Amino acid sequence: MTSSLHLWLIPLVPFAGFLVNGLLGRRFPKALVTAIAWIATLIPFLQVLNIALHFSSLTLPYNERVATWITAGNFHADFAFALDQLTLIMLLVVTGVGFLIHLYSAGYMAHEEGYWRFFAYLNLFMFFMLTLVLAENFLLMFVGWEGVGLASYLLIGFYFTKDSAANAGKKAFVVNRIGDFGFLIGMFLLIAHFGTLSFDGIFSQIAQHPEWQGGFLTAIALFLALGATGKSAQIPLYVWLPDAMEGPTPVSALIHAATMVTAGVYMIARAHAIFDRSPFALSTVAIIGAATALFAATIGLVQTDIKRVLAYSTVSQLGYMFLACGVAAYSAGIFHLLTHAFFKALLFLAAGSVIHALSGEQDMRVMGGLRKKIPVTFWTMTAAVFAIAGFPPFAGFFSKDEILYQAFISPNPVGKIVWFVGLLTAGLTSFYMFRLWYLTFFGKSRADQAAAHTPEPGHHAEKEEHKHPVHESPWIMLAPLVILAILSVIGGWVGVPAALGGHNEIEHFLSPVMHAQHLSFEQVSVAMSTQQQAVVPAAEAPEGNKSLELLLAVVSVATALIGWFIAHLMYFAKPELPAQIAAKVRGLYSLLLNKYWIDELYGAVIITPVLFLSRYVLKGLFDTGVITGGGLALGYATQGIGSLVQRVQSGNIRSYAGWLALGAAALLLLTYFGFGTHLSF
Amino acid sequence: MTDVAQVFRILPEVILTITGVLIMLGEPLLAKNASRKPLGWLAVLGTLAALFASFWQLQLPAGTAYFGTVQTDAFSVFFHVLIAGIVLVTLLVTLDAAGRDAESLGELFALMCFGAVGMMLMSCATELLLVFVGLEISSISTYIMAAFRRKSAKGPESAIKYFLLGSFATAFFLYGIALIFGATGTTDIPQIAGLLSTSQVPVFGVIGMAMILIGIGFKVSAVPFQVWAPDVYEGAPSPVVGLMSTAPKAAAFAVLLRVLYTALPALHSHWQPLIWWMAALSMTFGNLGALRQQNIKRMLAYSSIAHAGYLLVAFTALSPDGIAAASFYAASYAVMNVGAFAVISHAGGMDDRLTLIQDYRGLAYRSPLLGGALAFFLISLIGIPFTGGFFGKFYVFASALHSGLVWLTIIGLVNSGIAVYYYLRPLVSVYSKPVHSDLLDGIPRVTVPLMFALLITIAGTLILGIVPGRVLALAKAGALTLQSTVSDTTTAVK
Amino acid sequence: MVPIAYYLVLSAILFSIGVAAFLIKRNIITVFMSIELMLNAVNLTFVAFAHQWHHVSGQIFVFFVMVVAAAEAAVGLAIIIAIFRTRSTLNVDQVDLMKL
Repeated sequence: MTSSLHLWLIPLVPFAGFLVNGLLGRRFPKALVTAIAWIATLIPFLQVLNIALHFSSLTLPYNERVATWITAGNFHADFAFALDQLTLIMLLVVTGVGFLIHLYSAGYMAHEEGYWRFFAYLNLFMFFMLTLVLAENFLLMFVGWEGVGLASYLLIGFYFTKDSAANAGKKAFVVNRIGDFGFLIGMFLLIAHFGTLSFDGIFSQIAQHPEWQGGFLTAIALFLALGATGKSAQIPLYVWLPDAMEGPTPVSALIHAATMVTAGVYMIARAHAIFDRSPFALSTVAIIGAATALFAATIGLVQTDIKRVLAYSTVSQLGYMFLACGVAAYSAGIFHLLTHAFFKALLFLAAGSVIHALSGEQDMRVMGGLRKKIPVTFWTMTAAVFAIAGFPPFAGFFSKDEILYQAFISPNPVGKIVWFVGLLTAGLTSFYMFRLWYLTFFGKSRADQAAAHTPEPGHHAEKEEHKHPVHESPWIMLAPLVILAILSVIGGWVGVPAALGGHNEIEHFLSPVMHAQHLSFEQVSVAMSTQQQAVVPAAEAPEGNKSLELLLAVVSVATALIGWFIAHLMYFAKPELPAQIAAKVRGLYSLLLNKYWIDELYGAVIITPVLFLSRYVLKGLFDTGVITGGGLALGYATQGIGSLVQRVQSGNIRSYAGWLALGAAALLLLTYFGFGTHLSF
Repeated sequence: MTDVAQVFRILPEVILTITGVLIMLGEPLLAKNASRKPLGWLAVLGTLAALFASFWQLQLPAGTAYFGTVQTDAFSVFFHVLIAGIVLVTLLVTLDAAGRDAESLGELFALMCFGAVGMMLMSCATELLLVFVGLEISSISTYIMAAFRRKSAKGPESAIKYFLLGSFATAFFLYGIALIFGATGTTDIPQIAGLLSTSQVPVFGVIGMAMILIGIGFKVSAVPFQVWAPDVYEGAPSPVVGLMSTAPKAAAFAVLLRVLYTALPALHSHWQPLIWWMAALSMTFGNLGALRQQNIKRMLAYSSIAHAGYLLVAFTALSPDGIAAASFYAASYAVMNVGAFAVISHAGGMDDRLTLIQDYRGLAYRSPLLGGALAFFLISLIGIPFTGGFFGKFYVFASALHSGLVWLTIIGLVNSGIAVYYYLRPLVSVYSKPVHSDLLDGIPRVTVPLMFALLITIAGTLILGIVPGRVLALAKAGALTLQSTVSDTTTAVK
Repeated sequence: MVPIAYYLVLSAILFSIGVAAFLIKRNIITVFMSIELMLNAVNLTFVAFAHQWHHVSGQIFVFFVMVVAAAEAAVGLAIIIAIFRTRSTLNVDQVDLMKL
């Protein structure tokens, strides 16, 4: 089928919503603002659904060139969108979850000041995210990439009056810029080597040159991976995500769980042709993913703020997706991205519902016993907890299991190690999620203890009002919870592996996009590490490994059960236990509670020196020190140094002239002695 | 071309000169307390005419006039249009801000026109003598404009600093010309190229080149010749700062491009490392210096040092792409910076009532248009996609990396990361809840001229950020004319 | 016949004296005069080279420099008067209100 799909409408409609609400929303009644924002996300969702229904009749990949963008010499980039299986899954996630969260937000943000502003930003985010997903070249993708960062910055800092929110927004922005440099340099290298940024152009060139292995492709892949670590909150750039929880909860659900943070994973999957040629880059990605998964899970064990637990859990789950990409199991990574979008969005929204019910309280230590009071929230959250902990038949089980299985059988030398780390993390995940579950919903309400310690300043305007009794959220908030809960249960069934009698539809569905990778990866791994030949790759002989896959599944479920059991013991059966343990291993406990002091370390190693340089070295040395030196040479040595510094302070024209003269002298000397060749009179 | 027709080669300059003279003549005719706005509108008309005349020059075949002293080509047209555009916006902003603090405004309008003439001459001159004259016309005009607030304490101080240090640097520049003349026996730019060879480089030529670099380095406020910028920017009236942080710099960069690539390609092994260092130091110094600034104009002064550094990065690329990137960056920086200063000028007026970054707290609530516009320009200065700032940086670093300047690119990218930090401060401030709004209450309503100014700059920033194709094509054509003038020596460059 | 090198060395010395005077002198007028000295040193170089190349353009350049210097002097003195009116001093070291 060749008729136009008008893909450009998909991002443009939310943008129109942003414009209308952003420019005029202040004067609109709330109902109108809500309606505009909803429609602006509903239309793209319906369009994507429509495409999905006709998907089998399309010729793929489908490219749509909207306009010529820039032509600079040989370099050429278009406003062009592309559609293939990978794009479709991402589109469904972004528009589907995005729409549900728009619904939810109408309830959650109902009492907030700047309601119109919030929805305008949310639509802006949708615009950039859809641009990112639909882009047919790296440059347009980068536009979306930066744009979602900007929208996220605006939304994290939505409560601009709060310093912590403003700072968190700034931190997210600055840290993300570091990742963006990686992306940018990666793009520059792509231009330098391929002369184009179009996916089609680059990947087809790579396909034509099987002899290109490692080398510059490794460099490109590593820079792109650096970009991905920034956006997907991986080590070493994960620090911004936990702080980003300062934003309103629906924002955390949409941007910092379901969509934006997965952009890094999407980018790696999209660029898999490059990664496939570089076993080193792949291993790096796998190790980063595994390390992040474990690291963030350990921090999650002891956090007390419900949203922070979820934040670290997100970092950890993103680590899984990275791990999957690192062992070249991109389909598994995207599968986990899909299921994670359901259950993590649900977890955040349910947490938001809890927070809403408790008038803004986020500390789990003062929750408890909420099971009866907010039953819908409880049951939906239960589905999500079981899904993330990896119990069959919930969604998370299938995707996580697929990743672990692929890691185990990967020919990559780090495969077994990352499998083990992933398994360990699965146990930890199960533990901290059930900890959250028990602390929030079981036992007796500890709300009366709340008087003992003051809760953190509210993320919620209701906080400023007096507290009202615990109440279930309105249906506009609960409906998305229920839908997501259903998806968290059944969402994984699209990827039931052969070992459990399924067909792993999602892998087959994605295989046209990911196809090239299996062959070439094997070629590479054969070429690079001959000792690994003995391992039989999964894609070629899935039948032979059914029993292995089953065994691995049993092991991971058992691990999850152990995690649950310990959590049950510590937070339900013997609630006094955690304090005792914490007292026993005080050092470890405080290490975890303080998140390994990474923020402090970054502060000490990076931020302080920069500020120091700015304040003392530049101001002191350049504006006074150099001049002092120049002045000395000019015969002021007879006067006391102190009075000299005082008198020849900056702001003084002569000292400026001295600085100029010194610069001129340096330049002339460098010219004369420093560079260049044969001088002659 | 006949003698009379030669005037078409300098048509924009002629138009602006006549406009300036008319304003000077009209000023005494107006009553003492009468509004000077008609003069301002006259200047706007003249600048618009010059702008169209510049565009029209594209239809002329590229060539020289007046004994080879001026050359009209895509390169000169690019900078003519840019300079005329900057002056146009500045005039509109001044018209807006001056409604309240009018005093000898006619002079200011005339000086802007004359200054523009000097800058335009710089960008089309192919004779060092004319470059010098153009540089002085533009400099002397800006010295006087900096002193515009002559009753305040800071105004004259800013002017005297600019004047003394500027003349100091000009002397170096002139000495450089003299030495080049000594080495080659001519001051004609294309001829110089033919007389210098790569194998036998005369020492006068090299030292002269370094001296010229000092003079131009001062004008563009590149490290180590940047000292004057923060003080001068702080003391001069905001509309003037918007002008002098962009237009004279663009003209000086045009001169530098012409001198280095047309006259001195043979010496590239000498000047390239120097510019490398100037670029790296300017970016680093400018960004680190800006981090702790509380005064918004000083912050933008340091930021302009950093932007000069980014621009110099493109110089080191030694390729047509680099030249095009430099021209493009000059344009995109000019548009967004003039826009930012338009907002600052309106908010603070000619006498800078809002000086600190925190004074802008809540601007977006007081006036969504002004706050939004300032935020937009800051976002562009950061270099977010869909703005001119992004593509400017993109082309600069892409061309640098293409020429194998990996380290300089990394330094530049790290620097643009540091820059995010200080641009976000005013951005956050603008959108914060106002604390003391009495300052903001003093901000007058947005007037028609300012609306036009904001419209031009916002549209310009967006065009450069979304559909940069045409501008880039012109920049590229300009880059190629620079190269074709020296086709016999291009092999020396690459 | 005096060799050209003598003129060049002389002008370089004059230029350096100008630079040094700019850095050392405190009166704004004197500082301004030191700039004139630098410009005249350059003029000497131009004339010397013009003589060497038997080319009149160097001498023409000198005329332009003199005209421009005169224009600069007019503007400079006006600014100096403005400084004196606001600060009541011509000491360059006391004109340092703006710093850092």
